[in-house]
Amino acid sequence: MNEARIKKSLINVITHSILIVIAFSCLFPVFWMISSSLKTQNEIFTHMDLIPQHWNFSNYAEVWTKAEFGMYFLNSVMYTVFGVLGVVFISSLAAYGFARLKIPGKNFIFLVLVSTMLLPIPGVFVPLYLLLNKMHLLDTRLGLILCYINGGLAFGIFLLRSFFEELPIEIEEAALIDGASRFGIYWRIALPLARPAIATLVIFNTLSIWNEFLLALVVLQDKGKMPIQRGLMMFQGTHITDYPLLMAGLTIATIPVLVVYLLMQKHIVKGIAAGALKG
Amino acid sequence: MSSINSFKKYFTSYLFILPAVLMFAVFSIYPFYKIFALSVFSWDGISTTMKFVGLDQYIHILTKNPNFWTAMGNAAYITVLALIVQNGLALLLALLVNREIKGDNIYRTILFLPPVLSGIVVGLIWKWIYDSNYGILNHFLVRLGWNNLQNFAWLAEVKTSLTAVAVVHMWKGFGYGFIILLAGLQTIPKELYEAAKVDGADAWQQFKYITVPSMISVFSLVSILTVLGTMQIFDLIYSMTRGGPAGHTHVPITRIYEYMANGEFGYSSAMSVIFGLILFAVSIVQLRVSRKMKQYE
Repeated sequence: MNEARIKKSLINVITHSILIVIAFSCLFPVFWMISSSLKTQNEIFTHMDLIPQHWNFSNYAEVWTKAEFGMYFLNSVMYTVFGVLGVVFISSLAAYGFARLKIPGKNFIFLVLVSTMLLPIPGVFVPLYLLLNKMHLLDTRLGLILCYINGGLAFGIFLLRSFFEELPIEIEEAALIDGASRFGIYWRIALPLARPAIATLVIFNTLSIWNEFLLALVVLQDKGKMPIQRGLMMFQGTHITDYPLLMAGLTIATIPVLVVYLLMQKHIVKGIAAGALKG
Repeated sequence: MSSINSFKKYFTSYLFILPAVLMFAVFSIYPFYKIFALSVFSWDGISTTMKFVGLDQYIHILTKNPNFWTAMGNAAYITVLALIVQNGLALLLALLVNREIKGDNIYRTILFLPPVLSGIVVGLIWKWIYDSNYGILNHFLVRLGWNNLQNFAWLAEVKTSLTAVAVVHMWKGFGYGFIILLAGLQTIPKELYEAAKVDGADAWQQFKYITVPSMISVFSLVSILTVLGTMQIFDLIYSMTRGGPAGHTHVPITRIYEYMANGEFGYSSAMSVIFGLILFAVSIVQLRVSRKMKQYE
């Protein structure tokens, strides 16, 4: 009995040791980024400590104004807000249609839409570039936002359709008898009830649009329109060895992600797990 | 009267799906068709005339372009490492956390942090960690006694660059597999293990005869996601090495982007189609294998 207990606590110690080492390795690069962002150019070459000698916030002021990270940040906020709104509105509208309305051929259309989610189409940015060029949307904010909206639609429709299908239909039928329009029912009854699914959609699209780089690289040339991920690469290209400033820029780009992640952490982890196992 | 009514009814119904269908038609289906159409033309994207070349570009990529195969090989190297090391680690950690330990939520939160960070941010942080002169990695290694590594440029040396990038990719990705595998483990009924214990099965036998068979579809899902995600790696490469040194870390997407940026629209489209078909074929094979394994259980 005693031996078994010792064995069990030994296993526990080993388990926690492994997990703590791994957890530390996940956190260290992030701490190192923040720590380096608070050091002076001189200090990063001489003092390799995780805790900076002096907390030097001036790097943030400098990248925010001189390196125009304020502008990149606001661009990213704009792309994320409009991208997410677009995804939520267009996919919830379509999902409601697929779940509730009589539309000839809707199952076929739904299948086509969702199968684009499963097909790997690498290099789709090549025709996308030409398409945007033809539509005079190349190097425009609208062009990039439309790409982002399109990128989130398949998952959004897929998620919301199954959510709408599981809602009790009686409320909507009663509203229909009371003379409500279909759009009114969608807007005032179905959409508010779908809040949990919409929250999932908002979180995932916020993270993916905020972190997106490749489409922003292909679509945009004008520095003034670039999101923060491109701003980081622009800055890195011209200030190759100015690591404290670069780390301040990286931290600025990461703070919104950290905030969303820490607030919505349970939602995100659950969503990934549930989504993966269902699919 | 009734046909007018039904038309009106369908019309408003179609309005619900119209924006989504329009978006898809323009931004998904048209580019999908266009990438095939472009691949049989030699075109710089500007000229008014496109030269029809049939399958010439496909043949050139497959037989006369070592850059493409090097890129495929590099991506395959990172993918194999990810399948074995990253997923192995993810499984080990999932098994550990699944044992109802204290603080499992904290571990889960921390381990899933790298996957939510942006590829550019992760690439640039690690570029700083790997820095040959002032990076913390070399500083640390010198302290451990490896003085010959004092100014070693991990990302610029031909021998280490690809593996150095692969390590970062795995660091960023293992938390994703961990979460999915853990969720899969938690769906296995506990009674199975209890019954096995009563029958005298040890931990390894329980793993072999209960855990593995119950997890086959989850394993196959994780491995398909790993292959698709790793083969299409771009942000990390672009932010850490841009394909260098001398093409040793180029991958298919960086090549496709490079050809496109050089104005070779037809050629980069053909390369995309080849790459896409290879990915599709690999996924199908993976699905088949997992189905076969399930049958034999």
